[in-house]
Amino acid sequence: MGTHLPSTEFDGTAVDDQREADAEAVLGAPPAHMVQLLGPDGTLGSDPVFSKYAAKLTPDVLRGLYADMAAIRRFDVEATALQRQGQLALWVPLTGQEAAQIGSGRASQPQDYIFPTYREHGVALTRNVDLAELLRQFRGVSNGGWNPKDTNFHLYTLVLAAQTPHAVGYAMGIQRDQKLAAAAGNAAALPKAAVMAYFGDGASSEGDVHESMVFASSYNAPVVFFCQNNHWAISVPSNVQTRVPLSNRAKGYGFPGIRVDGNDVIAVHAVTEWALEHARQGHGPVLIEAFTYRVGAHTTADDPTKYRPSSEEDAWRAKDPLARLEIHLRAEGMADDDFFAKVKADGDDLAAYVRRTTHDLETPDIRTAFANTYVEAHPLVAEELAWFEEYSAGFAGPDESGSPAAAKAGH
Amino acid sequence: MTTMTIAKAINEGLRATLGANPKSLLMGEDIGPLGGVYRVTDGLIGEFGPDRVVDTPLAESGIIGTAIGLALSGYRPVCEIQFDGFVFPGFNQITTQLAKMHSRSNGNLTVPVVIRIPYGGGIGSIEHHSESPEALFAHTAGLRIITPSNPHDAYWMIQQAVDCQDPVIVFEPKRRYWLKGEVDTTSPGASADPFKAHVLREGTDATVVVYGPLVPVALAAANAAAEDGHSVEVIDLRSISPIDFDTVTASVKKTGRLIVAHEAPTFGGIGGEIAARISERAFHSLEAPVIRVGGFHMPYPVAKVEEDYLPDIDRILEALDRALSY
Repeated sequence: MGTHLPSTEFDGTAVDDQREADAEAVLGAPPAHMVQLLGPDGTLGSDPVFSKYAAKLTPDVLRGLYADMAAIRRFDVEATALQRQGQLALWVPLTGQEAAQIGSGRASQPQDYIFPTYREHGVALTRNVDLAELLRQFRGVSNGGWNPKDTNFHLYTLVLAAQTPHAVGYAMGIQRDQKLAAAAGNAAALPKAAVMAYFGDGASSEGDVHESMVFASSYNAPVVFFCQNNHWAISVPSNVQTRVPLSNRAKGYGFPGIRVDGNDVIAVHAVTEWALEHARQGHGPVLIEAFTYRVGAHTTADDPTKYRPSSEEDAWRAKDPLARLEIHLRAEGMADDDFFAKVKADGDDLAAYVRRTTHDLETPDIRTAFANTYVEAHPLVAEELAWFEEYSAGFAGPDESGSPAAAKAGH
Repeated sequence: MTTMTIAKAINEGLRATLGANPKSLLMGEDIGPLGGVYRVTDGLIGEFGPDRVVDTPLAESGIIGTAIGLALSGYRPVCEIQFDGFVFPGFNQITTQLAKMHSRSNGNLTVPVVIRIPYGGGIGSIEHHSESPEALFAHTAGLRIITPSNPHDAYWMIQQAVDCQDPVIVFEPKRRYWLKGEVDTTSPGASADPFKAHVLREGTDATVVVYGPLVPVALAAANAAAEDGHSVEVIDLRSISPIDFDTVTASVKKTGRLIVAHEAPTFGGIGGEIAARISERAFHSLEAPVIRVGGFHMPYPVAKVEEDYLPDIDRILEALDRALSY
C-alpha cells in the first residue's frame, strides 16, 4: 500500500506543517501520504484504491454515519455535563474523533471482535453497547459495565496498550477456530472474522504495541491495529512519541500501514473495510493511523489551556468531521433540514435517556466483588466474606439493614 | 506406577492435557524443537504440531498478553516463562490484566491461563536465574499459585492447573527437575486437590512448613532432628495461593511450634503471612514464636555464595533449636 495514494493535504495547522517537515528531514523523503476522500469543504475526491469502497456507501448509509456521529457527540456533551454535576467521577471526551470511531466501527462486522482503549464511545455505539452501561465505569459502580460476549466489544482497558496483545491472541484463536472447523469439515459454517485493536498516539510508545505487532506479523494474525493519532497524550504532543508518521512503523513489521484522514468518515470507513477484509481473508495484520484531533480535554480533570494554544484547536475545528459530511449530504441532495432536525431531536432523546438511566445505575453490593474475584471456590475469599458478614451484622439494629454504611449513616 | 523425574512428569502431564483437550496449547520461548531450556516440552511439537506447541517471539508481555486473548476466545494456553527472573516483563499483563479480568467483567469473562515458571536457586547459575518471586504474585488477588515438590504432584498439578477456570501460576522447582519418584498416571489419589497441603511426615514437637525445592531439605532436617530425639512434622504446602491454613493450623495445635522455610526473602514473604495467620488461629497452642527461615533482604547473590543464602538442613535445625528453647 501507499505507493499510489494521493498526496497529503495538510490544509490545516502550522504545527502539522512543521511536523511533516521534521518527518521529511528524518526520513530523507516525504512522509506517508494520507488517504482523504471527503475534504473539509465537503467535496468528494477520489483514490485509486479506496474510492470503490466509498462508492458502496449508499445515501442511507451516509445519513446513518452522520446520525451516529451526531448522536455520539451529543452523548459526549451529556456525559461531560453529568460529570460536572457530580454524577460521574470522570469523563473522557471524544469530540473531534467521531469520524475515526464511527467510520471504523461501522466498517466492522458482527463476528469481528473489538478491543477498545477507553475513549471509544463512538465505536461502542456502532457495536450496540447500551451507552448508559458505558457510564458505569465512570460512575464508579463497575470496572466494566457490559458483557463483551453480547456485542464482541471488549471492556475498556485503562493500562495503555495492554489490550493490544489480547487482540492479537484473540486473532490467533480465530485462526485456530478456522483450522478446527476445517478439520471437522464445517469451515463454511464459520464466518471469517478479524479483530480490531484501538489505541492512540500516546499508547503507541508502549512496549505492548511493539510486542503485539511482532506477534501479529510472525503469526499472520487477522488483526487490524487502529491508531487514533489525536495529537495529544494528555499534555505531550505526538512528536514526542514519534518523529515520523505512525503508519510508517508497519513497514518495519512487514505489514501494510495506512494513514487516513481521521476526520473523513468516508475514507475511514473505506480504509477500515479494506483492512478488515484483508485480515479476514488471511493476508495478515494492517496498521491504520487515523489522523485526527482531540478537540476537548483529555479528561474532565485536564486543562488543555496549559499546554496548547486555542488557535490550534480552532484550526482543527475547521476540519470538523460532522460539518464536512453535512455539506456533502446537502450538496448531493441526500439530506435536508428535516433530516438534520430529526438527528438533533434523536440526540436530545438519547441525552435524556442517558441522564435518566445514569441516576438509576445501581451501586453494587461489595459481595459481588467477593464473588467475582475467582471463578472457583476460594477459602480465603470465603473466610473474609464470612468475617464481613459477621462484622456487618454487628451494626444491625432491629430496624436496620445490616450494612455498616447504613448503620454509620444513622449515627 | 512409573518412575520418572519431575521434568518428565510435567512433560507427560502436558502431553496428557494436549491429547485430551484440543483447545489447550503451549506457548513460550524455545519450547518447540528444543523442548525448552529444561526440555520440559521435549517431543511435544512433533506430536501436536506448531499450532499447539507455539515457539513465540522473545517477549514475555506478548506471551502473557496473547495468552489472555486466546483464553478470551475459548482456548487454554499454558505459557512457559524461561526463568523466574524473566517473568517481570510480563508482570504488568499478569497483575493488571490476567488477575483482574474476571472481576472487572463482573464475572462474565474467564481467563484460564496457566503460567509455568521454573524458580529457585541452587543451580549455580547467573543473575536472574535463581529467584523466588512467588510472594509478589500471591499478593495479587485473582491468581492461584501452586508448586509441586515431587513427580506425582507435578504430573497431576499441571493438568489440574489447565482444568482450573482461574488463572494459575505453576512454580516449578528447577533444581528438583531431575528428582525421580513414583507417578501413578491412572489416578491422582491424595493429590486430587492441588490447593490442599500434604503432611509428609508426622511429628509431635514442631511443624516445619515448606514447599517446592525445600521439601527434601525439610525432610532431611526432620530425619536429623529425630536422631537428636525431636519429632518434627513436615508439611508440603503445595499451594501458595490459596494457602491451606486448616492443615497448618491443625498441625500447630498438635505440635505447638512452627517453622516456615522458603528460598524467597523472609521480609514480606509467604512465611510472614503464615506466621500472622497462625498467630491468630492457634495463639493459645503456640509454645514459641513462629520462626521464618529464608533468603536475606538482598538481590539473589552470586552463585559462588548462594549456599550461604539458601536455607539448608542446618538453617532449619537452628530454627528448630530456637523454637524448642522457649
